[in-house]
Amino acid sequence: MSEKSYRDAVRDALREELIRDERVLILGEEVGVWGGTYAVTRSLYDEFGGKRIIDTPIAEAAIIGAAVGAAMGGLRPVAELMTINFSLEAMDQIVNNAAKIHFMFGGQMKVPLVIRTPAGWGQLAATHSQSFEAWFAHLPGLIVAMPGTPYDAKGMLKTAIRSDNPVMFIEHARLYGVKGDVPDGEYTVPLGVPDIKRAGGDITIVTYSRMLHVALAAAEELSRDGIECEIVDLRTLRPLNMSKVYDSVVKTHRALVLEEDWTTCGMGAEIAARIGRDRFDFLDAPVERLGQIEVPVPYARNLEALMFPDEKLVVQRVREMLS
Amino acid sequence: MNVARTEALDLHRKMGLIRRFEERAEEAYGQGKIGGFLHLYIGEEAIAVGAMAALKPDDDVVTHYRDHGYVLARGIDPGLVMAELYGKATGISKGKGGSMHMAAVDRHLWGGYAIVGGHIPLAVGLALANQYRNLPRVVTCFFGEGATNIGTFYSGLNMAAVWKVPLLAIVENNRYGMGTAVERASAVSDIYKKAACLNIPSVQIDGNDVLAVRDAVREMADKARAGGGPRLIEAKTYRFRGHSMGDPQRYRTKDEVEEAKARDPILLWRNFLLGNRIAEEADLRKISDGIEAEIETAVRFAENSPPPDPSELCANVLVAE
Repeated sequence: MSEKSYRDAVRDALREELIRDERVLILGEEVGVWGGTYAVTRSLYDEFGGKRIIDTPIAEAAIIGAAVGAAMGGLRPVAELMTINFSLEAMDQIVNNAAKIHFMFGGQMKVPLVIRTPAGWGQLAATHSQSFEAWFAHLPGLIVAMPGTPYDAKGMLKTAIRSDNPVMFIEHARLYGVKGDVPDGEYTVPLGVPDIKRAGGDITIVTYSRMLHVALAAAEELSRDGIECEIVDLRTLRPLNMSKVYDSVVKTHRALVLEEDWTTCGMGAEIAARIGRDRFDFLDAPVERLGQIEVPVPYARNLEALMFPDEKLVVQRVREMLS
Repeated sequence: MNVARTEALDLHRKMGLIRRFEERAEEAYGQGKIGGFLHLYIGEEAIAVGAMAALKPDDDVVTHYRDHGYVLARGIDPGLVMAELYGKATGISKGKGGSMHMAAVDRHLWGGYAIVGGHIPLAVGLALANQYRNLPRVVTCFFGEGATNIGTFYSGLNMAAVWKVPLLAIVENNRYGMGTAVERASAVSDIYKKAACLNIPSVQIDGNDVLAVRDAVREMADKARAGGGPRLIEAKTYRFRGHSMGDPQRYRTKDEVEEAKARDPILLWRNFLLGNRIAEEADLRKISDGIEAEIETAVRFAENSPPPDPSELCANVLVAE
């Protein structure tokens, strides 16, 4: 084991897969000479050259469309969208091409594509601070991964690159510097399998990505008062595997879904509906959701700080749910 | 004259096959046997047939929603195409794609795409894969002049030009994007000129002249194949039928359509064959009879094929892993 940042773990996964399979290539804005806006692809251009690490024009629809075409043509592209906000420019390519081509032509083609993109915020204001994971999780034909730790990020990215399906691999700008233990040797983490990040018997917190860390901090605080949270890290949002969530709810009888996105029509809505349908009899209280305030993200630091659930808010909500 | 007799007759047969296929599809649509949209290729046959005659069998092709003609021109069994229109299990896309989404990957036909311009970047990516894998294949991407006003035309072709990938874009300028005439929708009516802003060599040709299409495609495809980067051909043509079924065609006069029919590509080629004594009336009649029989077989195959099994509904959403 070594302690590594999320950024380095993602880079290691890319580097190992580039070495392992000649068909793997990276394309996106500033992924090459610059080394990636968030320095995720730093040094890969020097090591693998411009044939494997391709700088593109600022043209997201063309980037994703070309990546889909390259995947159809026998390559395994990893396309980077500089931030998830720019995915809107590529929406037709993701929705109508990446997610449909295998089905629409009766299974004749595969699209082994990974789209890497970070969510995140940090005084970037309304258009550059969004979380669109629920939009993608809505789509049959797409796998949506959103790992929260360096270990999961590396292992899941390797699985995504080896997958024959299109994978939306959503990272988080505020996680890139977060460190965690990562094995030194080869390993992979499956897609579609949630993970219990903390065991507890009083309440289930269902979460993913950066909010996992908020949940862990809140659980630590609550534990001091004898309240034990069980934290289920979804890791993959589509396909959505509910078995660990259900097992936990059967044990705790209460569930809070913690997401960074707006809650309306979000992941929490889906999870609450499923728990309500499949484990209704085990619930002692309605499933609660906690997400960002339903306004566009503002610039001013003090206003932005009010936008997203923090440790304190989670602690407060859990106490309310248990009282 | 740079066409051998066998090839000349084959071009005639393929154009005639597409024409009759489309007429029979229109009939079946009227009988309620075909659903959804049906975009007929009638009047534009010389482009698909001329292009396929020039391309090598393993050259890749990406097309748009008016796609029956390309598939037939590549020599796919018309029965598979008709069965797709009928929504049958035996259809070329297993009945899951319909009129606008026909693919035959084993024949390097990578599909018809129905979001205008959305397939142009796919073609760039396929060409990138060919370049990356050192395969001597050109990717030909067909689209209408209406697609040259959308962003992916520019962003996709710009990328292709920067990367010098082996791509040939063929713009079928049939004068109307649905019902909007080219000069009402595009600041530049001579579409081939648009390639200049991307430094892509381009030509404008008569898309109703099957030999002109074949020769231009051969020349441009060879240049793209040789590493010279993408090329663009504007093939001027005219759509004799409405955009899709149920188009009242208020945007043009009957006279205009009749006038255009004087330059029917099949008529032009027929006159060429007879005028140059490449074929006699009897030869052409024999070809027509063959086409009728082939279409009849195709319709019967479609009629008699089973619909997709209900289990197909949830198949091929994701690749099983």
